[in-house]
Amino acid sequence: MNRVAQGQMHLWIAQRVTAMVLALAVTVHLVTIILAVRGGLTAAEILGRLRGDALWLGFYAVFALCAGLHGAIGLRNIAGETLGWRGRGFDLAWLGIGLATAGFGIRAAWGLYAA
Amino acid sequence: MMDLRPRSHPTYLAFLVHRISGLLLALFLPLHFWALGGAIQGEAALEGFLRWTDRPLVKAAEFGLVLLLAAHLAGGLRVLALEFLGWRRRQKDLVAASAGISLAAGLLFLLAVF
Amino acid sequence: MVEAAGTLEVSIWRGGAEGAMQRYQVPARGNQTVLDIVTHIQRELDPSLAYRFACRVGMCGSCAMMVNGRARWTCRTHASRVIGADGRLGLRPLANLPVIRDLATDMAPFFDKWARARGRFQPKDAPDGAVPQEFHVVPPASKQRREADAGIECIGCGVCHASCDVVAWNPDYLGPAALNRAWTLVNDVRDGARQERMEAVAGDAGCHSCHSTQSCTERCPKQLDPSAAIAGLKRSLFWDTLLGRRA
Repeated sequence: MNRVAQGQMHLWIAQRVTAMVLALAVTVHLVTIILAVRGGLTAAEILGRLRGDALWLGFYAVFALCAGLHGAIGLRNIAGETLGWRGRGFDLAWLGIGLATAGFGIRAAWGLYAA
Repeated sequence: MMDLRPRSHPTYLAFLVHRISGLLLALFLPLHFWALGGAIQGEAALEGFLRWTDRPLVKAAEFGLVLLLAAHLAGGLRVLALEFLGWRRRQKDLVAASAGISLAAGLLFLLAVF
Repeated sequence: MVEAAGTLEVSIWRGGAEGAMQRYQVPARGNQTVLDIVTHIQRELDPSLAYRFACRVGMCGSCAMMVNGRARWTCRTHASRVIGADGRLGLRPLANLPVIRDLATDMAPFFDKWARARGRFQPKDAPDGAVPQEFHVVPPASKQRREADAGIECIGCGVCHASCDVVAWNPDYLGPAALNRAWTLVNDVRDGARQERMEAVAGDAGCHSCHSTQSCTERCPKQLDPSAAIAGLKRSLFWDTLLGRRA
Protein backbone atom coordinates (compact mmCIF):
# COMPACT_ATOMS: atom_id res chain seq x y z
CA MET A 1 0.00 0.00 0.00
CA ASN A 2 1.33 3.46 -0.72
CA ARG A 3 2.59 5.34 2.32
CA VAL A 4 0.15 8.23 2.02
CA ALA A 5 -2.96 6.04 1.97
CA GLN A 6 -1.53 3.92 4.77
CA GLY A 7 -0.94 6.99 6.94
CA GLN A 8 -4.50 8.16 6.32
CA MET A 9 -5.82 4.73 7.21
CA HIS A 10 -3.79 4.73 10.43
CA LEU A 11 -5.34 8.07 11.39
CA TRP A 12 -8.78 6.54 10.81
CA ILE A 13 -7.86 3.52 12.92
CA ALA A 14 -6.56 5.79 15.69
CA GLN A 15 -9.82 7.71 15.62
CA ARG A 16 -11.98 4.59 15.88
CA VAL A 17 -9.86 2.99 18.61
CA THR A 18 -9.96 6.20 20.65
CA ALA A 19 -13.71 6.34 19.94
CA MET A 20 -14.18 2.93 21.54
CA VAL A 21 -12.24 3.99 24.63
CA LEU A 22 -14.11 7.30 24.73
CA ALA A 23 -17.47 5.55 24.52
CA LEU A 24 -16.71 4.06 27.93
CA ALA A 25 -14.89 7.07 29.35
CA VAL A 26 -17.57 9.59 28.31
CA THR A 27 -20.27 7.42 29.85
CA VAL A 28 -18.34 7.38 33.14
CA HIS A 29 -17.75 11.13 32.78
CA LEU A 30 -21.43 11.92 32.18
CA VAL A 31 -22.56 9.78 35.10
CA THR A 32 -19.94 11.40 37.35
CA ILE A 33 -21.03 14.88 36.25
CA ILE A 34 -24.69 14.19 36.86
CA LEU A 35 -24.00 12.67 40.27
CA ALA A 36 -21.49 15.35 41.27
CA VAL A 37 -23.53 18.44 40.40
CA ARG A 38 -26.39 17.46 42.69
CA GLY A 39 -26.36 20.01 45.46
CA GLY A 40 -23.67 22.09 43.74
CA LEU A 41 -19.97 21.60 43.13
CA THR A 42 -17.33 22.51 45.68
CA ALA A 43 -13.56 22.38 45.40
CA ALA A 44 -13.29 20.33 48.58
CA GLU A 45 -15.66 17.72 47.23
CA ILE A 46 -13.81 17.39 43.92
CA LEU A 47 -10.40 17.20 45.53
CA GLY A 48 -11.72 14.78 48.13
CA ARG A 49 -12.63 12.44 45.31
CA LEU A 50 -9.52 12.82 43.15
CA ARG A 51 -6.59 13.78 45.38
CA GLY A 52 -4.09 10.96 45.68
CA ASP A 53 -6.26 8.46 43.83
CA ALA A 54 -4.08 6.76 41.21
CA LEU A 55 -7.08 5.04 39.63
CA TRP A 56 -8.80 8.33 38.82
CA LEU A 57 -5.46 9.77 37.64
CA GLY A 58 -5.00 6.85 35.26
CA PHE A 59 -8.58 7.15 34.05
CA TYR A 60 -8.30 10.87 33.33
CA ALA A 61 -4.86 10.50 31.71
CA VAL A 62 -6.14 7.88 29.25
CA PHE A 63 -9.34 9.89 28.78
CA ALA A 64 -7.38 13.07 27.98
CA LEU A 65 -5.02 11.29 25.59
CA CYS A 66 -7.90 9.74 23.64
CA ALA A 67 -9.98 12.91 23.64
CA GLY A 68 -7.06 15.03 22.41
CA LEU A 69 -6.23 12.68 19.55
CA HIS A 70 -9.86 11.97 18.64
CA GLY A 71 -10.74 15.66 18.49
CA ALA A 72 -7.68 16.62 16.45
CA ILE A 73 -8.30 13.89 13.86
CA GLY A 74 -11.93 15.00 13.63
CA LEU A 75 -10.85 18.62 13.10
CA ARG A 76 -8.43 17.39 10.44
CA ASN A 77 -11.28 15.76 8.53
CA ILE A 78 -13.47 18.85 8.76
CA ALA A 79 -10.61 21.15 7.71
CA GLY A 80 -9.72 18.90 4.79
CA GLU A 81 -13.28 18.68 3.55
CA THR A 82 -14.44 22.25 4.05
CA LEU A 83 -11.22 24.31 3.81
CA GLY A 84 -9.18 22.04 1.55
CA TRP A 85 -6.38 21.74 4.13
CA ARG A 86 -4.94 18.43 2.98
CA GLY A 87 -1.55 16.78 2.97
CA ARG A 88 1.14 15.35 5.18
CA GLY A 89 2.14 18.72 6.65
CA PHE A 90 -1.37 19.39 7.89
CA ASP A 91 -1.70 15.82 9.20
CA LEU A 92 1.46 16.16 11.27
CA ALA A 93 0.29 19.55 12.55
CA TRP A 94 -3.06 18.08 13.66
CA LEU A 95 -1.29 15.18 15.34
CA GLY A 96 0.86 17.73 17.21
CA ILE A 97 -2.22 19.71 18.23
CA GLY A 98 -3.90 16.54 19.44
CA LEU A 99 -0.92 15.50 21.56
CA ALA A 100 -0.51 19.03 22.94
CA THR A 101 -4.19 19.12 23.93
CA ALA A 102 -3.81 15.73 25.55
CA GLY A 103 -0.74 17.01 27.40
CA PHE A 104 -2.78 19.91 28.80
CA GLY A 105 -5.42 17.48 29.97
CA ILE A 106 -2.92 15.15 31.61
CA ARG A 107 -1.31 18.11 33.34
CA ALA A 108 -4.71 19.09 34.73
CA ALA A 109 -5.36 15.54 35.90
CA TRP A 110 -1.97 15.43 37.57
CA GLY A 111 -2.71 18.76 39.26
CA LEU A 112 -5.93 17.38 40.75
CA TYR A 113 -4.13 14.21 41.86
CA ALA A 114 -1.24 16.03 43.48
CA ALA A 115 -3.18 19.02 44.85
CA MET B 1 -26.73 28.14 0.39
CA MET B 2 -26.65 24.36 0.58
CA ASP B 3 -29.55 22.60 -1.14
CA LEU B 4 -31.12 20.55 1.63
CA ARG B 5 -33.53 18.61 -0.57
CA PRO B 6 -31.12 15.77 -1.42
CA ARG B 7 -30.16 15.59 2.26
CA SER B 8 -33.60 15.35 3.81
CA HIS B 9 -33.32 12.00 5.55
CA PRO B 10 -32.76 10.96 9.20
CA THR B 11 -29.26 9.57 8.81
CA TYR B 12 -28.05 12.81 7.21
CA LEU B 13 -29.44 14.69 10.19
CA ALA B 14 -27.59 12.26 12.45
CA PHE B 15 -24.37 13.03 10.56
CA LEU B 16 -24.93 16.80 10.87
CA VAL B 17 -25.56 16.57 14.61
CA HIS B 18 -22.45 14.40 14.99
CA ARG B 19 -20.26 16.75 12.99
CA ILE B 20 -21.43 19.98 14.62
CA SER B 21 -21.31 18.56 18.15
CA GLY B 22 -17.85 17.12 17.42
CA LEU B 23 -16.57 20.43 16.10
CA LEU B 24 -17.84 22.38 19.11
CA LEU B 25 -16.52 19.80 21.59
CA ALA B 26 -13.09 19.71 19.91
CA LEU B 27 -12.90 23.50 20.17
CA PHE B 28 -14.09 23.44 23.78
CA LEU B 29 -11.66 20.71 24.89
CA PRO B 30 -8.45 22.81 25.05
CA LEU B 31 -10.45 25.51 26.88
CA HIS B 32 -11.70 22.94 29.39
CA PHE B 33 -8.20 21.61 30.06
CA TRP B 34 -6.73 25.11 30.25
CA ALA B 35 -9.37 26.22 32.76
CA LEU B 36 -8.88 23.11 34.89
CA GLY B 37 -5.10 23.41 34.69
CA GLY B 38 -5.31 27.03 35.82
CA ALA B 39 -7.84 26.43 38.53
CA ILE B 40 -5.77 23.86 40.36
CA GLN B 41 -3.18 26.22 41.69
CA GLY B 42 -4.75 25.20 44.95
CA GLU B 43 -8.11 24.55 46.52
CA ALA B 44 -8.90 28.26 46.81
CA ALA B 45 -8.29 28.90 43.13
CA LEU B 46 -10.47 25.94 42.16
CA GLU B 47 -13.21 27.09 44.53
CA GLY B 48 -13.02 30.58 42.97
CA PHE B 49 -13.37 29.09 39.49
CA LEU B 50 -16.32 26.93 40.55
CA ARG B 51 -18.12 29.92 42.07
CA TRP B 52 -17.60 31.75 38.76
CA THR B 53 -19.38 28.86 37.03
CA ASP B 54 -22.43 29.36 39.26
CA ARG B 55 -23.70 32.16 36.98
CA PRO B 56 -26.89 31.21 35.14
CA LEU B 57 -25.27 31.86 31.76
CA VAL B 58 -22.41 29.47 32.54
CA LYS B 59 -24.90 26.90 33.86
CA ALA B 60 -26.84 27.13 30.60
CA ALA B 61 -23.60 26.68 28.63
CA GLU B 62 -22.76 23.64 30.77
CA PHE B 63 -26.15 22.16 29.99
CA GLY B 64 -25.40 22.70 26.30
CA LEU B 65 -22.03 20.97 26.67
CA VAL B 66 -23.55 17.95 28.42
CA LEU B 67 -26.12 17.71 25.65
CA LEU B 68 -23.41 17.99 22.95
CA LEU B 69 -21.30 15.34 24.65
CA ALA B 70 -24.24 12.96 25.01
CA ALA B 71 -25.33 13.57 21.41
CA HIS B 72 -21.81 12.97 20.12
CA LEU B 73 -21.50 9.81 22.21
CA ALA B 74 -24.81 8.43 20.98
CA GLY B 75 -24.06 9.35 17.35
CA GLY B 76 -20.63 7.77 17.69
CA LEU B 77 -22.19 4.53 18.90
CA ARG B 78 -24.33 4.58 15.76
CA VAL B 79 -21.24 4.92 13.55
CA LEU B 80 -19.36 2.19 15.43
CA ALA B 81 -22.33 -0.17 15.17
CA LEU B 82 -22.54 0.40 11.42
CA GLU B 83 -18.81 0.05 10.85
CA PHE B 84 -17.80 -2.70 13.22
CA LEU B 85 -20.96 -4.73 13.74
CA GLY B 86 -22.21 -4.37 10.18
CA TRP B 87 -25.70 -3.27 11.23
CA ARG B 88 -27.46 -2.13 8.11
CA ARG B 89 -31.21 -2.45 8.33
CA ARG B 90 -31.64 -0.92 11.76
CA GLN B 91 -30.13 2.45 10.91
CA LYS B 92 -33.31 4.45 11.57
CA ASP B 93 -33.73 2.81 14.96
CA LEU B 94 -30.12 3.68 15.68
CA VAL B 95 -30.74 7.34 14.89
CA ALA B 96 -33.81 7.40 17.12
CA ALA B 97 -31.93 5.68 19.93
CA SER B 98 -29.08 8.18 19.60
CA ALA B 99 -31.47 11.11 19.94
CA GLY B 100 -33.13 9.46 22.92
CA ILE B 101 -29.89 8.84 24.79
CA SER B 102 -28.64 12.40 24.36
CA LEU B 103 -31.94 13.94 25.41
CA ALA B 104 -32.11 11.69 28.45
CA ALA B 105 -28.60 12.68 29.52
CA GLY B 106 -29.39 16.36 29.05
CA LEU B 107 -32.58 16.12 31.09
CA LEU B 108 -30.82 14.22 33.87
CA PHE B 109 -28.26 17.00 34.05
CA LEU B 110 -31.01 19.63 34.22
CA LEU B 111 -32.75 17.72 37.01
CA ALA B 112 -29.50 17.28 38.88
CA VAL B 113 -28.40 20.89 38.62
CA PHE B 114 -31.64 22.53 39.82
CA MET C 1 -54.09 7.21 -23.56
CA VAL C 2 -55.02 9.39 -20.66
CA GLU C 3 -56.40 12.86 -21.44
CA ALA C 4 -54.12 15.81 -20.82
CA ALA C 5 -55.01 17.32 -17.45
CA GLY C 6 -53.63 20.84 -17.69
CA THR C 7 -50.08 22.00 -18.19
CA LEU C 8 -46.84 21.42 -16.31
CA GLU C 9 -44.25 24.10 -15.80
CA VAL C 10 -40.89 22.41 -16.39
CA SER C 11 -37.52 24.17 -16.13
CA ILE C 12 -34.46 22.47 -17.54
CA TRP C 13 -30.76 23.26 -17.39
CA ARG C 14 -29.46 24.37 -20.80
CA GLY C 15 -25.75 24.71 -21.50
CA GLY C 16 -22.56 23.17 -20.17
CA ALA C 17 -20.80 24.18 -16.96
CA GLU C 18 -22.13 27.66 -17.71
CA GLY C 19 -25.76 27.91 -18.63
CA ALA C 20 -29.22 28.75 -17.39
CA MET C 21 -32.58 27.20 -16.64
CA GLN C 22 -35.09 27.33 -19.48
CA ARG C 23 -38.84 26.95 -19.06
CA TYR C 24 -41.17 24.74 -21.03
CA GLN C 25 -44.91 24.16 -20.92
CA VAL C 26 -45.67 20.46 -21.12
CA PRO C 27 -49.11 18.82 -21.16
CA ALA C 28 -49.77 17.02 -17.90
CA ARG C 29 -50.95 13.46 -18.27
CA GLY C 30 -52.37 11.11 -15.73
CA ASN C 31 -49.54 8.69 -16.11
CA GLN C 32 -46.14 9.93 -17.20
CA THR C 33 -42.56 9.55 -16.07
CA VAL C 34 -40.03 12.34 -15.79
CA LEU C 35 -38.24 10.78 -18.75
CA ASP C 36 -41.49 10.94 -20.76
CA ILE C 37 -41.60 14.67 -20.09
CA VAL C 38 -38.01 15.21 -21.23
CA THR C 39 -38.67 13.14 -24.34
CA HIS C 40 -41.80 15.16 -25.09
CA ILE C 41 -39.82 18.40 -24.88
CA GLN C 42 -37.09 17.09 -27.15
CA ARG C 43 -39.46 15.65 -29.73
CA GLU C 44 -42.18 18.30 -29.75
CA LEU C 45 -40.72 21.56 -28.43
CA ASP C 46 -36.97 21.78 -28.71
CA PRO C 47 -34.96 19.17 -30.66
CA SER C 48 -31.67 20.70 -29.50
CA LEU C 49 -32.17 19.40 -25.94
CA ALA C 50 -29.44 16.88 -25.02
CA TYR C 51 -30.18 14.05 -22.60
CA ARG C 52 -29.38 10.37 -22.28
CA PHE C 53 -31.50 7.24 -22.04
CA ALA C 54 -31.60 3.74 -23.44
CA CYS C 55 -33.80 1.05 -21.95
CA ARG C 56 -36.63 3.10 -20.31
CA VAL C 57 -37.28 0.25 -17.87
CA GLY C 58 -34.72 0.73 -15.10
CA MET C 59 -32.00 -1.58 -16.31
CA CYS C 60 -29.38 0.41 -18.20
CA GLY C 61 -28.66 3.17 -15.68
CA SER C 62 -28.25 5.98 -18.19
CA CYS C 63 -31.15 8.37 -17.52
CA ALA C 64 -30.35 9.63 -14.01
CA MET C 65 -30.76 13.39 -13.41
CA MET C 66 -31.32 15.84 -10.60
CA VAL C 67 -35.10 16.03 -10.24
CA ASN C 68 -36.17 18.94 -8.03
CA GLY C 69 -32.71 18.88 -6.45
CA ARG C 70 -32.55 15.15 -5.87
CA ALA C 71 -30.80 12.51 -7.99
CA ARG C 72 -33.24 9.97 -9.44
CA TRP C 73 -33.61 7.50 -12.28
CA THR C 74 -36.05 9.37 -14.48
CA CYS C 75 -37.48 6.40 -16.41
CA ARG C 76 -38.96 4.89 -13.24
CA THR C 77 -39.94 8.15 -11.58
CA HIS C 78 -43.58 9.13 -11.99
CA ALA C 79 -43.94 12.85 -12.53
CA SER C 80 -46.95 13.00 -10.21
CA ARG C 81 -44.82 11.77 -7.29
CA VAL C 82 -42.11 14.41 -7.58
CA ILE C 83 -43.93 17.54 -8.72
CA GLY C 84 -44.12 19.87 -5.75
CA ALA C 85 -47.18 21.58 -4.35
CA ASP C 86 -46.28 24.55 -6.55
CA GLY C 87 -46.75 22.35 -9.62
CA ARG C 88 -43.18 22.83 -10.76
CA LEU C 89 -40.55 20.45 -11.99
CA GLY C 90 -36.85 21.38 -12.17
CA LEU C 91 -34.38 19.16 -14.01
CA ARG C 92 -30.61 19.47 -13.91
CA PRO C 93 -27.76 17.21 -14.99
CA LEU C 94 -26.47 14.70 -12.44
CA ALA C 95 -24.40 16.40 -9.71
CA ASN C 96 -20.69 15.80 -9.04
CA LEU C 97 -19.84 15.11 -12.70
CA PRO C 98 -18.79 17.42 -15.54
CA VAL C 99 -21.70 18.57 -17.70
CA ILE C 100 -21.36 17.88 -21.41
CA ARG C 101 -24.53 19.68 -22.44
CA ASP C 102 -27.98 20.22 -20.96
CA LEU C 103 -28.95 17.04 -19.09
CA ALA C 104 -26.04 14.88 -20.29
CA THR C 105 -23.06 14.50 -17.96
CA ASP C 106 -19.67 13.04 -18.70
CA MET C 107 -19.74 9.69 -16.88
CA ALA C 108 -16.03 8.99 -17.54
CA PRO C 109 -14.76 10.18 -14.12
CA PHE C 110 -17.41 7.98 -12.49
CA PHE C 111 -16.34 4.81 -14.30
CA ASP C 112 -12.64 5.69 -14.00
CA LYS C 113 -13.18 5.36 -10.27
CA TRP C 114 -14.50 1.82 -10.73
CA ALA C 115 -11.26 0.98 -12.51
CA ARG C 116 -9.20 2.67 -9.77
CA ALA C 117 -11.07 0.65 -7.13
CA ARG C 118 -10.15 -2.50 -9.04
CA GLY C 119 -13.77 -3.15 -9.91
CA ARG C 120 -12.91 -5.88 -12.39
CA PHE C 121 -13.21 -9.56 -11.61
CA GLN C 122 -9.84 -11.27 -11.73
CA PRO C 123 -10.09 -15.08 -11.78
CA LYS C 124 -8.01 -16.64 -9.05
CA ASP C 125 -6.71 -19.67 -10.93
CA ALA C 126 -6.50 -18.25 -14.42
CA PRO C 127 -5.23 -14.69 -14.45
CA ASP C 128 -4.66 -14.98 -18.20
CA GLY C 129 -8.35 -15.62 -18.73
CA ALA C 130 -8.09 -19.35 -19.40
CA VAL C 131 -10.82 -21.68 -18.15
CA PRO C 132 -9.80 -22.97 -14.71
CA GLN C 133 -9.19 -26.66 -14.13
CA GLU C 134 -11.54 -26.89 -11.17
CA PHE C 135 -14.76 -25.00 -10.60
CA HIS C 136 -15.30 -23.23 -7.29
CA VAL C 137 -18.26 -24.38 -5.30
CA VAL C 138 -20.04 -21.24 -4.09
CA PRO C 139 -22.96 -22.05 -1.79
CA PRO C 140 -25.56 -19.30 -2.34
CA ALA C 141 -26.32 -19.22 1.39
CA SER C 142 -22.68 -18.71 2.47
CA LYS C 143 -21.99 -15.45 4.31
CA GLN C 144 -19.57 -14.16 1.69
CA ARG C 145 -21.87 -14.90 -1.21
CA ARG C 146 -24.76 -13.16 0.53
CA GLU C 147 -22.56 -10.08 1.07
CA ALA C 148 -21.65 -10.09 -2.62
CA ASP C 149 -25.25 -10.66 -3.72
CA ALA C 150 -26.42 -7.72 -1.61
CA GLY C 151 -24.52 -5.30 -3.84
CA ILE C 152 -24.37 -7.06 -7.18
CA GLU C 153 -27.45 -5.53 -8.82
CA CYS C 154 -25.86 -2.09 -9.30
CA ILE C 155 -26.76 -0.62 -12.71
CA GLY C 156 -24.12 2.13 -12.57
CA CYS C 157 -26.61 5.01 -12.80
CA GLY C 158 -24.53 7.39 -10.69
CA VAL C 159 -27.38 8.43 -8.36
CA CYS C 160 -25.33 7.54 -5.26
CA HIS C 161 -22.27 9.38 -6.59
CA ALA C 162 -24.41 12.47 -7.19
CA SER C 163 -25.96 12.23 -3.71
CA CYS C 164 -22.67 11.89 -1.82
CA ASP C 165 -21.32 14.94 0.00
CA VAL C 166 -17.88 13.37 0.37
CA VAL C 167 -17.56 13.19 -3.43
CA ALA C 168 -18.47 16.87 -3.60
CA TRP C 169 -15.85 17.73 -0.95
CA ASN C 170 -13.10 15.55 -2.38
CA PRO C 171 -13.36 14.84 -6.13
CA ASP C 172 -10.72 12.10 -5.77
CA TYR C 173 -13.00 10.12 -3.44
CA LEU C 174 -13.90 6.84 -5.16
CA GLY C 175 -17.54 7.16 -4.16
CA PRO C 176 -20.27 4.71 -3.14
CA ALA C 177 -20.72 2.83 -6.45
CA ALA C 178 -17.04 1.98 -7.02
CA LEU C 179 -16.56 0.99 -3.37
CA ASN C 180 -19.74 -1.10 -3.42
CA ARG C 181 -18.39 -2.88 -6.49
CA ALA C 182 -15.05 -3.49 -4.76
CA TRP C 183 -16.85 -5.01 -1.75
CA THR C 184 -18.79 -7.46 -3.95
CA LEU C 185 -15.48 -8.66 -5.42
CA VAL C 186 -13.75 -8.86 -2.04
CA ASN C 187 -16.53 -11.31 -1.12
CA ASP C 188 -16.21 -13.31 -4.32
CA VAL C 189 -14.21 -16.40 -3.43
CA ARG C 190 -13.28 -16.93 -7.09
CA ASP C 191 -11.47 -13.59 -7.26
CA GLY C 192 -7.70 -13.43 -6.88
CA ALA C 193 -7.03 -9.69 -6.52
CA ARG C 194 -8.15 -9.09 -2.94
CA GLN C 195 -4.82 -7.66 -1.81
CA GLU C 196 -4.49 -5.09 -4.60
CA ARG C 197 -8.14 -4.16 -4.24
CA MET C 198 -7.91 -3.57 -0.47
CA GLU C 199 -4.88 -1.37 -1.06
CA ALA C 200 -6.71 0.56 -3.76
CA VAL C 201 -9.69 1.36 -1.54
CA ALA C 202 -7.74 2.47 1.58
CA GLY C 203 -7.12 6.05 2.66
CA ASP C 204 -8.84 9.42 2.22
CA ALA C 205 -9.66 8.83 -1.45
CA GLY C 206 -11.16 5.48 -0.47
CA CYS C 207 -13.45 4.02 2.16
CA HIS C 208 -11.91 5.91 5.10
CA SER C 209 -13.48 9.22 4.07
CA CYS C 210 -17.04 7.91 4.32
CA HIS C 211 -18.99 9.52 7.18
CA SER C 212 -22.04 7.25 7.01
CA THR C 213 -24.46 10.00 6.03
CA GLN C 214 -26.01 7.09 4.10
CA SER C 215 -27.33 9.34 1.34
CA CYS C 216 -26.18 6.65 -1.13
CA THR C 217 -28.23 3.97 0.60
CA GLU C 218 -31.17 6.33 0.98
CA ARG C 219 -31.19 7.31 -2.72
CA CYS C 220 -30.17 4.10 -4.52
CA PRO C 221 -33.02 3.27 -6.92
CA LYS C 222 -32.14 -0.43 -6.68
CA GLN C 223 -32.35 -0.35 -2.87
CA LEU C 224 -28.73 -1.38 -2.53
CA ASP C 225 -26.75 -0.39 0.57
CA PRO C 226 -23.38 1.02 -0.57
CA SER C 227 -22.90 2.53 2.87
CA ALA C 228 -22.85 -0.95 4.41
CA ALA C 229 -20.41 -2.11 1.71
CA ILE C 230 -18.05 0.75 2.55
CA ALA C 231 -18.34 -0.13 6.24
CA GLY C 232 -17.39 -3.69 5.30
CA LEU C 233 -14.23 -2.48 3.55
CA LYS C 234 -13.29 -0.38 6.60
CA ARG C 235 -13.88 -3.34 8.90
CA SER C 236 -11.77 -5.69 6.77
CA LEU C 237 -8.89 -3.20 6.53
CA PHE C 238 -9.10 -2.58 10.29
CA TRP C 239 -8.68 -6.25 11.16
CA ASP C 240 -6.12 -6.83 8.38
CA THR C 241 -4.00 -4.07 9.92
CA LEU C 242 -4.47 -5.06 13.55
CA LEU C 243 -3.85 -8.74 12.98
CA GLY C 244 -0.87 -8.03 10.74
CA ARG C 245 -2.41 -9.55 7.64
CA ARG C 246 -0.89 -7.86 4.63
CA ALA C 247 -2.84 -4.75 3.68
